[in-house]
Amino acid sequence: MRYVYLGIPLAPLLGAVIAGLFGAFWPRLGRTACHTVTILGVAVSFALSLVVLWEQTAGGGEPWNGAVYTWMVSDGIRFEIGFLIDRLTALMVTTVTFVSLMVHIYTIGYMHDDPGYNRFFAYIALFTFSMLMLVMSNNFLQLFFGWEAVGLVSYLLIGFWFRRESAIRANLKAFLVNRVGDFGFILGIAAVLAYFHSLDYADVFAAAPMARGLTMEIWPGVEWQVLTVICVLLFIGAMGKSAQVPLHVWLPDSMEGPTPISALIHAATMVTAGIFMVARMSPLYELSETALSVVLVVGAVTAFATGLLGLVQHDIKRVVAYSTLSQLGYMAVALGASAYAAAIFHLMTHAFFKALLFLAAGSVIIAMHHEQDMRKMGGLRRYMPVTYWTALVGALALIGTPGFSGFYSKEHIIEAVHGAQRWGAELAYWAVLAGVFVTALYTFRMFFLVFHGRERMDEHTRAHLRESPRVVTVPLVLLAIPSVAIGALTVEPLLFGGWFGEALRVAPEHDVLATLGARFQGAWAYALHAVQTPPFWLAAAGVATAAVVYLWRPALAGVAARLARPLYIALVNKYWADDFNEIVVAGGARALGRLLWKVGDVILIDGALVNGTARLVGMVAVVARQVQTGYLYHYAFAMLVGLLAFVSWLLALTR
Amino acid sequence: MLADWPLLSLVVWTHIVGAVLVLLAGDRAGTGAKRIALAFALLTFALSIPLFTGFDRDTALMQFEERVPWIPTFDIYYHLGVDGISMPLILLTTFATVLVVIAGWEAIRERPAQYMAAFLIMEGLMVGVFSALDAALFYVFWEGMLIPMFLVIGMWGGPRRVYATIKFFLYTFLGSVLMLVALVYLYHKSGSFSILDYHQVPLGMREQLLIFLAFLVAFAVKVPMWPVHTWLPDAHVEAPTGGSVILAAIMLKIGAYGFLRFSLPITPDASAALDWLMILLSLVAVVYIGFVALVQEDMKKLIAYSSIAHMGLVTLGFFILYTIAERGEGLQGAALGIEGGLVQMISHGFVSGALFLCVGVLYDRMHTRLIRDYGGVVNSMPAFAAFAVLFAMANAGLPGTSGFVGEFMVILASFKANPWFSALAATTLILGAAYTLWLVKRVIFGPVANERVAALRDLNAREYVVLGALAVAVVAVGVWPDPLTEVMHASVENLVQQATTSKIQMLAVRP
Repeated sequence: MRYVYLGIPLAPLLGAVIAGLFGAFWPRLGRTACHTVTILGVAVSFALSLVVLWEQTAGGGEPWNGAVYTWMVSDGIRFEIGFLIDRLTALMVTTVTFVSLMVHIYTIGYMHDDPGYNRFFAYIALFTFSMLMLVMSNNFLQLFFGWEAVGLVSYLLIGFWFRRESAIRANLKAFLVNRVGDFGFILGIAAVLAYFHSLDYADVFAAAPMARGLTMEIWPGVEWQVLTVICVLLFIGAMGKSAQVPLHVWLPDSMEGPTPISALIHAATMVTAGIFMVARMSPLYELSETALSVVLVVGAVTAFATGLLGLVQHDIKRVVAYSTLSQLGYMAVALGASAYAAAIFHLMTHAFFKALLFLAAGSVIIAMHHEQDMRKMGGLRRYMPVTYWTALVGALALIGTPGFSGFYSKEHIIEAVHGAQRWGAELAYWAVLAGVFVTALYTFRMFFLVFHGRERMDEHTRAHLRESPRVVTVPLVLLAIPSVAIGALTVEPLLFGGWFGEALRVAPEHDVLATLGARFQGAWAYALHAVQTPPFWLAAAGVATAAVVYLWRPALAGVAARLARPLYIALVNKYWADDFNEIVVAGGARALGRLLWKVGDVILIDGALVNGTARLVGMVAVVARQVQTGYLYHYAFAMLVGLLAFVSWLLALTR
Repeated sequence: MLADWPLLSLVVWTHIVGAVLVLLAGDRAGTGAKRIALAFALLTFALSIPLFTGFDRDTALMQFEERVPWIPTFDIYYHLGVDGISMPLILLTTFATVLVVIAGWEAIRERPAQYMAAFLIMEGLMVGVFSALDAALFYVFWEGMLIPMFLVIGMWGGPRRVYATIKFFLYTFLGSVLMLVALVYLYHKSGSFSILDYHQVPLGMREQLLIFLAFLVAFAVKVPMWPVHTWLPDAHVEAPTGGSVILAAIMLKIGAYGFLRFSLPITPDASAALDWLMILLSLVAVVYIGFVALVQEDMKKLIAYSSIAHMGLVTLGFFILYTIAERGEGLQGAALGIEGGLVQMISHGFVSGALFLCVGVLYDRMHTRLIRDYGGVVNSMPAFAAFAVLFAMANAGLPGTSGFVGEFMVILASFKANPWFSALAATTLILGAAYTLWLVKRVIFGPVANERVAALRDLNAREYVVLGALAVAVVAVGVWPDPLTEVMHASVENLVQQATTSKIQMLAVRP
């Protein structure tokens, strides 16, 4: 066991425990101490992550797979807590700790006046620990641990302002929708154990090819491939955590939480856990064409349908949230096309530029005194130059402007799915292609509404508008750098250099990235070439449309809404998904519960059986009591009759 | 050295001696009686620890055995002993006693000495149930423990306590009468009252079926399994906090323990023939009761229903082994299911006990258990809210808490038997979270609902100790359950062996 590995998750945990326990029990441990200790923990973790990344990449380190401690032994199965350190892990821990560090620093500014300051730091440090345990795991048990632990912290943070009804509704909803996903996930894990007798990745992956062709009876006469069942069940878990349609409904509502965690948890890290999980399970998914098609189609629907929803939102954070949903759809599409490296690559670039966009949105929200409605913003460019330019970088990266990080990742997803030979690939290709236009449109709609155009805020707010403090802007700048540069720098090794090694396994016949790699001639040539491709022009058209509609001819938005009225109504109502859940699912469950309780328990069991038995006994007693008159001659008469009957019976017997 | 002591007797009788002293001290002694009760509770807990540390993990044989003739005419022995199945339950009992004594310190104003004594006697008898190896002795302890519980609910209970006590008593008593018949029949067959002899006695299928059903009625009422569960919500609602804690934490476990100690090893063929019934009732408990729990308006009722659903997972874990065996791919998963059920029992002891204590904390201050009377408790009781959320999460089976471990093991094991069992059992992930966290949302979070909530004071030192101890237990088992499961392996292996060895064939082999 290398202490470096152990230090990565434990440093933030230590910070969380100190800030949490001491912050609560020992008020003299002030705010400064709380944020210092957690930031220090995450900083140490980030530094150690860099060491691991360096070792794995330049240092030529071999993957490390081993146990930390034995959680439990039962039925001859060892359930262990352990780490798998390979390049995939190294990349994930570095991304997670870097974004987390930025968010920690930013929080000093954002939560400055909040009474729950210490609690907030304890939570986000705990989150970092959980997320690290998730990505570093070498087995399904710990994966589930991390999976649920990040869900817990997400629950606590969405409901951080627990006096708000909307916040505590949102966190309950988030937890329950995720639990629906976990329902599938735990069954997937159970299936893995049932068929592989182990929960260790290494054992399962080694045995997986042998399980090919193995079927299980789902229903008498219906046989399904075991691997397909496992992969689809696991993906249901990913659909919850990574908010894929139809389990996407919790993510927009999660914006009730403070903005720093929207950036950290609901954009950069936790929601990508599902994507990471599928990539980690690539040795399993590669063996099931059906499961990959499911992933592909679900991803495609998510990418396109949720992007459209971003067009009609007025809350700045919700626009970014729907954008996150759509981008998660892109990642799922990449997974479904067997382009796992592209999915992880997009996960990384997205972590940087989406965290940047969220934190920029947060900076705007600070300046606007916690007003989030974009209809009351406008023209902020003049007041907040740093926020403006960093947000522009984030927006350009998001829409895939050639040269920016998002360009390299998204472009390759589109090309990969174009080359994929899989059921649903055609549909997915058109969805992600059309998604490019939608992305550009909602991104720059937001950008123009916030930073350009007429200043629509009230006088009081306008008078107080100013750039956010250093603790806010420095993380913005630090995140803007990778948002621009990380794509061009790493695209070649990550996608085509086989950088991930054995961590991501792709069957040769599925390897679409290899085909792309054969044509690839360097990052710059690729960016220059992009101007000849449809995505570039679609993005440009999106930006142009946004400029026309939201800067120059604002009346056009209303015209468009009238022209496409059914679509507009569907979008404003979020495809009625929330209504369906609220009325049919939640309402149905309550009605069923009430029925079973009032009819099943109260009327049938208690009324008929329990109290009914009591009544029956009572009635028998009423009858029997009549005999007990207390008159001696009644009893004597009864004795005589009895004796007579007995003697007759005896005689009848002996005859 | 300690191993030579009659530890089990000490644990049983120290409770009862303590109770006598508490009664002698009487209510006039004020806190004196409570101090004696606490001292004895702590002493018995301390005495039970060597049962764990000195336990030989490599054998399925009974340990710490004591055997002296009691009623020689009928071959009845005072015979005590524990294996890996009963030992953890004894520790759970002695641990819970300490907490209940502390929790009742201020809440009980009427006749506190008698209250404490009732609990000490009850715990002593419960330890007796878990350690008795003689069927007659077992039955004495089994019925004996009903009396103090009857008194606790009847004397310190709520307004409908008479209905609740009668219902509780009749339900459980009627169940046990049939068990007595079965035990006597087994004596007749085996020539002794030793439970270990019962395990060996060959029985035909018809006998086994009748015995199994007699046991089933007795144990199913205690667990409780659907549809004989309706006494539990009533008993919980009317019981004082301590009564609810013991009821949920220990008494329900006795039914489940009965399945392992009696039904499976004594009537293996009947168990195999009727396992579908057990699985069906278990799954009904998880799903049906899960929905019922969702719509409860009384906090205690909600937790009571949640208990029934959680115990459904326990019985599911116990009875999936035959379906696994029928698949003909070996018995892998059988031990996982049974150990999962056992872990779930221990964990449920901690978690439901803790939740009832949490309700007690609120009830002591507000004198209402209705959910709608609360809201925003976190604003005035932040420390309490932290504990409540932790225990709620444990109830919802969050990894890192004890609630996860057993649930996880049972769901994994039942997939081996049939994926649909597993799928229905896994609905607890959704339903458990829904009813528990919706409760948390309505009671703990939100704006302050009324002035009475605003005026709540946070936990006092005693409450801190009780909830803190449970929190440590919940997290410790969740993070490292190995020490707990380690003691079970040998006994569970042995049990799986017994439960899958037909007794009818033994009968055929005999001359």
